[in-house]
Amino acid sequence: MTDTPMTLPQSPGLMARLRGFWEGSSRNPAKRVQFDRPLTPWLFVLPQLLIVAIFFYWPSVQAVTSSFYLEDPFGFGSTFVGMDNYTDAISSREYRRIAGFTAFFAVMVTGLSLSIGLLLAVKADKVIRGASAYKTALIAVYAIAPPVSGLIGMMFFDMHMGPFTEMAAWFGYEMKVGINYNDTAFALILVAVWKQIPYNFIFFLSGLQSVPVSVREAALIDARSGWRRFKDIVLPLLAPTAFFLLIINITYSLFDTFAIIDVMVKDKPANNPMTLVYKVYLDGFKGNDIGGSSAQSVILMVVVAALTVAQFRFLERRVHYG
Amino acid sequence: MLKLATVSTIAFSTIAGSAMAQTDISWWHGMGGRNGEVINEISQQFNDAQDACKLTPLSRGTYEEALSSSIAAFRSGEQPNIVQVFDAGAATIMNAPGAVIPAEDLILNAGEEFSRDDFIAGVRNFYADSEGKFVGMPFNSSAPIMYMNTEAFEKAGVEAPKTWEDFEAIAPKLKEAGYIPMTASQLTWMMVENFKSRNNQQFATNNNGYDGVDGTQLIVNDENTVMMFDKLKAWADEGLYGFYGAGWGDNLKPFEEGKVAMWIGSSGSFGGLQKSAQMPFTADFMPYWGSIEGAGTQSFIGGAALFAMAGKSDEENACTAQFFSFLTSPEVQVYWHENTGYVPITEAAYELAKEEGYYEEKPVAEVGIKQLMLPGGEWSKGYRLGFYPQIRSVMEREFNRIFSGETTPKAAFDTIQQEGDALLARFAKTSG
Repeated sequence: MTDTPMTLPQSPGLMARLRGFWEGSSRNPAKRVQFDRPLTPWLFVLPQLLIVAIFFYWPSVQAVTSSFYLEDPFGFGSTFVGMDNYTDAISSREYRRIAGFTAFFAVMVTGLSLSIGLLLAVKADKVIRGASAYKTALIAVYAIAPPVSGLIGMMFFDMHMGPFTEMAAWFGYEMKVGINYNDTAFALILVAVWKQIPYNFIFFLSGLQSVPVSVREAALIDARSGWRRFKDIVLPLLAPTAFFLLIINITYSLFDTFAIIDVMVKDKPANNPMTLVYKVYLDGFKGNDIGGSSAQSVILMVVVAALTVAQFRFLERRVHYG
Repeated sequence: MLKLATVSTIAFSTIAGSAMAQTDISWWHGMGGRNGEVINEISQQFNDAQDACKLTPLSRGTYEEALSSSIAAFRSGEQPNIVQVFDAGAATIMNAPGAVIPAEDLILNAGEEFSRDDFIAGVRNFYADSEGKFVGMPFNSSAPIMYMNTEAFEKAGVEAPKTWEDFEAIAPKLKEAGYIPMTASQLTWMMVENFKSRNNQQFATNNNGYDGVDGTQLIVNDENTVMMFDKLKAWADEGLYGFYGAGWGDNLKPFEEGKVAMWIGSSGSFGGLQKSAQMPFTADFMPYWGSIEGAGTQSFIGGAALFAMAGKSDEENACTAQFFSFLTSPEVQVYWHENTGYVPITEAAYELAKEEGYYEEKPVAEVGIKQLMLPGGEWSKGYRLGFYPQIRSVMEREFNRIFSGETTPKAAFDTIQQEGDALLARFAKTSG
């Protein structure tokens, strides 16, 4: 997952190398110095290529194939149904509702965890006394596995004894996570954001620390307003980090939050909000509807791929890598 | 210590090596906690009782996970000999002929004895084909029953309700006495599937789905089913019924804590409740509607059955058959019954438990089986519906919406009807 932003920018490079390979690699003399046989570099990338092929391409092809069939779970009979699985999914009100929540969830989780992570990093960057203690405390949460953070969230929001439920009761609000759609959505977002903040914090902090002191000092002469200095100097220099984190956070909110959701809805989603990935799991693994869930996973794959490409096209242009 | 361990390992492997003729069979199940332990104990008893076969049970998580992993394993040729499949998943495995060997055939082919009449009436249909042949071997069978907090009923000075009308009469008194009158776990099982059985109401066309998958449709947005949920919603609004979501434990917990007067739960929960309940409790049949004609019939069996998966050698199948026979022996059934709270599935086992005086000591343990032995009606036998786990999810979603006020019971059941029928139609296509 983390290598999504790494492999994609390299893909034009890969294409060039492929061309070089076919055209006798005369275009890039530097490479010939390093490898005297054209096969050697391929040997080096082979393990990675194998992993990608086995764990990504092969399952993807299978998913696409079975998305056109309605299949008996045990694999005895299957009926070719064309695009039926896709139209069934897209025309379902429930599916669209889940898609809507997924988009909202992704925006909220990404937005909140990025901005809170940045705020904490900026503040931690300024602390001099006891800096490492603060940093450790902030980073520690990252060591918690998603199901465990889900479990912690579940206990905090427990209907019968959760401290957050009791806190809400002080304000006269009867919080019902697990029954009330909005309450559960709130709880899910809170836990998902909480879990992701440390990750963003680490990257932003290291990004901030790589802003040269000389630049900052120069800026100090030009502008008294701390906000302006941050906006004009620090933020543009942080842009590569922020862009990287944006992609990571979107993937996180779409995929890695699965465990949190699974634990917090206790295996019985009922009317609780869930993301598209969870729906794929429910239909495929619990409902044994292989065709339907394959179609959903293909839709999801296409959407995420399109989103990533769009980000690189439109956002990355504005990122200055220095 | 280390040496001892090594020596015993070597000794053990030598023994294992010498017993080359032993046939290994595997059993995947979906039980945890105390029930999972009892499964291990029973397997051990089976292994000790004979030399030819060695059974290894393995927990695959929940019921759903046990079914899914068996399906995945079957597709790659790695299936276990025995898999435990829960009530809602029955149609999935039974509509895939070729995935399983019917238990009855398996046992007869192995030369063991088998008679359908040995089993109590309530368990004979659910896992059998349309001719009554046992496809699955009923294993852990339960009934939804009404547990009652004895103190609450004494304090309010009321008697156990037989019907929901009785409940309406006593519930305000229980509330006055300071209790939530009722909670219920898993409304899908209690208030839909068993509402249908207990009140003798048709659940689906095609003979509740038993006669085939083509064109099967639910019957859920009818007057009576909607009435049940109109009542539940009204009770919830008046504080006579506490709804805590779709989770089993969330609805059970307040009962265990003594805050609730009655909990509609599984007879299979008895084993656990004896340890977790903080107050004395008793149990009785799940209420039915006096206003519905012909109501008061038996409930259908919940729980799960064991299926012998196809594609195994004759030796292994013989071992599986032997284990099924072992499992239905009265002694094993009584052991299972007394340790878990699931009902005994054979008449002989029930008689044995009675003879031992178990029910004089623990009358609650007899409620489930008695309810399963009530007179049956045309529609009290349960259902066989494809993609049923998803239909249950749709119901759970709509029920939460009812109680959070997002929808009305009528609208909710219209949605369930519509989405459920679409799922059934999809399922019919998969077997085509």
